[in-house]
Amino acid sequence: MTEYLATIGLEVHVQLRTRSKMFCSCAVEFGAEPNTHVCPVCLGLPGALPVMNEEALRLTALAGLMLGCEIGPVCKFDRKNYFYPDMPKNYQISQYDLPFCLGGAVPLHDLSYPKDAQKMIATKDKKIRLVRIHLEEDVAKSFHMETVSGIDFNRAGTPLLEIVSEPDIASPEEAFAYLTVLQQLMIYGGISDADMEKGQMRCDVNVSVRPVGTEKFGTKIELKNLNSISGVRRGLAFEIPRQIEILRAGGTLDQETRRWDDVRGETTLMRIKESAHDYRYFPDPDLLPVRTAPLVAAARARQPELPWEKRARFVADFGVSEYDASVLSDDLEMAAYFETAAKGARKPKNVANWILNDLQSALATASLGIRDCPIRPEGLDELVHLIDSGVINSRQGKEVFAEMFSTGKAAAGIVEEKGLRQVSDAGAIEALADEVLAANPGPVADYKSGKASALNFLKGQLMKLSKGKANPSLAGEILEKKLQ
Amino acid sequence: MGDLTHLTISELQAGFRKGDFTPADAVRALEARIQAVDPQIGAFLARDFDSALAAAKKADVSQPLGGVPIGIKDAINVLGEQCTCASKILAGYKAPYDATVIARLKAAGAIPFGRLNLDEFAMGSSTENSAYQITKNPWDPTRIPGGSSGGSAAAVSARMAYATLGSDTGGSIRQPASLCGVVGLKPSYGRVSRYGLVAFASSLDQIGPFARSTRDCASLLSVMAGKDPHDSTSLDLPPEDFTSRMTGDLRGIRLGIPREYFVDGMDPRVRAKVEEAIKTCETLGAELVEVSLPHTEYAIGVYYIIATAEASANLARFDGVRYGHRAKNPTDLLDHYRRSREEGFGSEVKRRIILGTYVLSSGYYDAYYLRAQKVRTLIRQDFTRAFETVDALVCPTSPDLAFKIGERVNDPLRMYLADIFTIAANLAGICGISVPCGLVEEKGTSLPVGLQFLGKPLDESRLLGIADAYEQAGAKEILAQIP
Ligand SMILES: [Zn+2]
Repeated sequence: MTEYLATIGLEVHVQLRTRSKMFCSCAVEFGAEPNTHVCPVCLGLPGALPVMNEEALRLTALAGLMLGCEIGPVCKFDRKNYFYPDMPKNYQISQYDLPFCLGGAVPLHDLSYPKDAQKMIATKDKKIRLVRIHLEEDVAKSFHMETVSGIDFNRAGTPLLEIVSEPDIASPEEAFAYLTVLQQLMIYGGISDADMEKGQMRCDVNVSVRPVGTEKFGTKIELKNLNSISGVRRGLAFEIPRQIEILRAGGTLDQETRRWDDVRGETTLMRIKESAHDYRYFPDPDLLPVRTAPLVAAARARQPELPWEKRARFVADFGVSEYDASVLSDDLEMAAYFETAAKGARKPKNVANWILNDLQSALATASLGIRDCPIRPEGLDELVHLIDSGVINSRQGKEVFAEMFSTGKAAAGIVEEKGLRQVSDAGAIEALADEVLAANPGPVADYKSGKASALNFLKGQLMKLSKGKANPSLAGEILEKKLQ
Repeated sequence: MGDLTHLTISELQAGFRKGDFTPADAVRALEARIQAVDPQIGAFLARDFDSALAAAKKADVSQPLGGVPIGIKDAINVLGEQCTCASKILAGYKAPYDATVIARLKAAGAIPFGRLNLDEFAMGSSTENSAYQITKNPWDPTRIPGGSSGGSAAAVSARMAYATLGSDTGGSIRQPASLCGVVGLKPSYGRVSRYGLVAFASSLDQIGPFARSTRDCASLLSVMAGKDPHDSTSLDLPPEDFTSRMTGDLRGIRLGIPREYFVDGMDPRVRAKVEEAIKTCETLGAELVEVSLPHTEYAIGVYYIIATAEASANLARFDGVRYGHRAKNPTDLLDHYRRSREEGFGSEVKRRIILGTYVLSSGYYDAYYLRAQKVRTLIRQDFTRAFETVDALVCPTSPDLAFKIGERVNDPLRMYLADIFTIAANLAGICGISVPCGLVEEKGTSLPVGLQFLGKPLDESRLLGIADAYEQAGAKEILAQIP
């Protein structure tokens, strides 16, 4: 039976995080009342002219730097002509032959793959090359009601990056990893919020299959309506076997556009691709070509630490494991939280453990994001410090943590208030030990006859007697010494 | 007080400031004149005397253009007024904002007043392409006033306005100014904001004034010029008083006479008047130098590729979805687009959209659009070279006198030749002005001839100084004979 290889290329659109639109001063705001952020420019009224948003240009330069693209000395804007009701001018201002960025790549790493696929990564540390990144304006949004259609122009003119990959992606899992890394980079750079649910990041997929050992790409099929990263994976996981099956049965594939139905879990035919559309691109005479040097310089000044750089630094500076570093740096706010908490810590690794275990599960239970965490990172550091320096023991620590999480109070205050201070005074513990040994002649005899586990019972009794305040390891030591 | 409509803007303002009469008097004078004359001329598509009068009563005559009514081509947005571009597709459309030039005129105290006829979307040279009415030449109502800003030229010529605004993409200010015997200025590309001018060809369009004196054009330009944050192609230059170089003579000025602008096909009577005017310039002290602009013959071809290409995209927004004419009961989206545009646009507009779409099509782009851009560069270089040796060029504005209404409507190519001497200036981005230079007797009527001066990019002050000197010596009488 012939084996097949899949070839996948992604075209990702990312809305830039700017206050105003690409060519006018209307605010960019998701979820506003329809047609409340509009003006003559973004409605395409007669006589209106576009003026470039400098911040959008800088963010594009930043994306180019972060992805290792080539940025030419000059880029320009072109008009892409086609009629569509959600396009106010019936041409889109886009970039054709002199895009902002060329080349570049998205590096995949293990944790960017879906959890269940992290153990079976086909090509470790694969890099997905980019063809180009260009800047354009988003279109409006149509709503189809029973008999009429409505158009909301709030979105029209939002600055939009188009990021086109080379067909380097070979599996649904790699597509997932690619989008995960891309999304993370956009957030890291403050380039976009890249929320797919809000349409801030959108993805069109091209996929073809060909027999192993052949060079020529198969018939390219485009998938639409992929509204989440996992949806892209699911869509491809359906589509690739579908294509292979048809070919194995001796069938042929048409160049077509298919729609992913996430509920039914299948792709359905939208349209057969007609001959290529002639967009009649030509340079937009309303806009002057852009010199990129000052934009690149401005972007360089605000280039953030990249996710992989942050991971390496967490390992080196804080002694956390590769895995923990990856999880901590996965979310930029989480990473910032960790760093603030770990900065002064004697054992940053313990801070990491608290974040990855107790804090994450408390946040999950309370359905809170790290942004809304009731415990400030400095507060968590204080708690870990109280434990590490023996002021309280780890069981008391959990109690203090729960109190901190529900009340937002500081750890030291809670320790004082509840009288939780651990007893590490040897004299006091010796007194308690004497009391316990006197009251439990049986277990003492057991221990002396070689039953080591009796010590744990005696230690438990001592802890109970101290109302949990005794330093457990000191209590163990003292008991052991007295029993010798 | 007399008939105020004979006055230039500077005379009008002097009267305002002396208290001889008021801006309201100036508006009432226009009202009387328009009611008497416009039924025969047809320059106005709309006018609102009441609001003009209300504005006039509040005017502060100490402002640079305080209380001066200015007629506006119906392609420039004035808040709350119609802006039809003389097209059915924008019938009933009301502008929701002021063009930058309008905002600046208002801020200087001027009163934008009336909507003036044009060739639909400024596409034409005779104003016969208006979907609403034909504007007649005030010197002979059987003839065209030129175009596309024919209404703006005719209104000034017939004393129905003291000054007006037009737009010039390939000669649409200078050519009608020439045929109507008034002064018309096309500023350099980037001098005046285009924001709010309904775009025909974005890389060529400029807004400019019509008046009955060069000085008036200069004072309007002083108010309109300057960088506009809404137009990326407007240039950031220090403010200028464009009347500052009006010395009354041409001593020390080198005037170039472009060989290619005196062609065999032109009306010999026009040629004679222009040559006479050039002699006048010499007596005013100008040194005359013959120059060559070798790529002139390609200008019309290049223009009709670039202008139509840009227009095909600029006019795509008129689709009946958000505003403007909408076809009834469309069967589907495509039918809606097709019929809305079919019913809304006139034939010349359709011709140019089709031409522009064609030259941008894949497979033809390189041969037409790209090539035209290269030739455009050569045309620009022609002027750059000429201006290395001369201060300005002098030539005819139009090869012909005003022609008869209907004479060329079925001959688009011949119609396109009406702009043969004006088009290159737009392609090169330089400034130009047309000043009356003579009258020719034609079958019992006198028809004006225009003299064109072309200046270096952004050299309007000098250009206006030259035109004013000529006007004082050679054009004053013609301007005074306005019918
Ligand atoms: Zn807007």
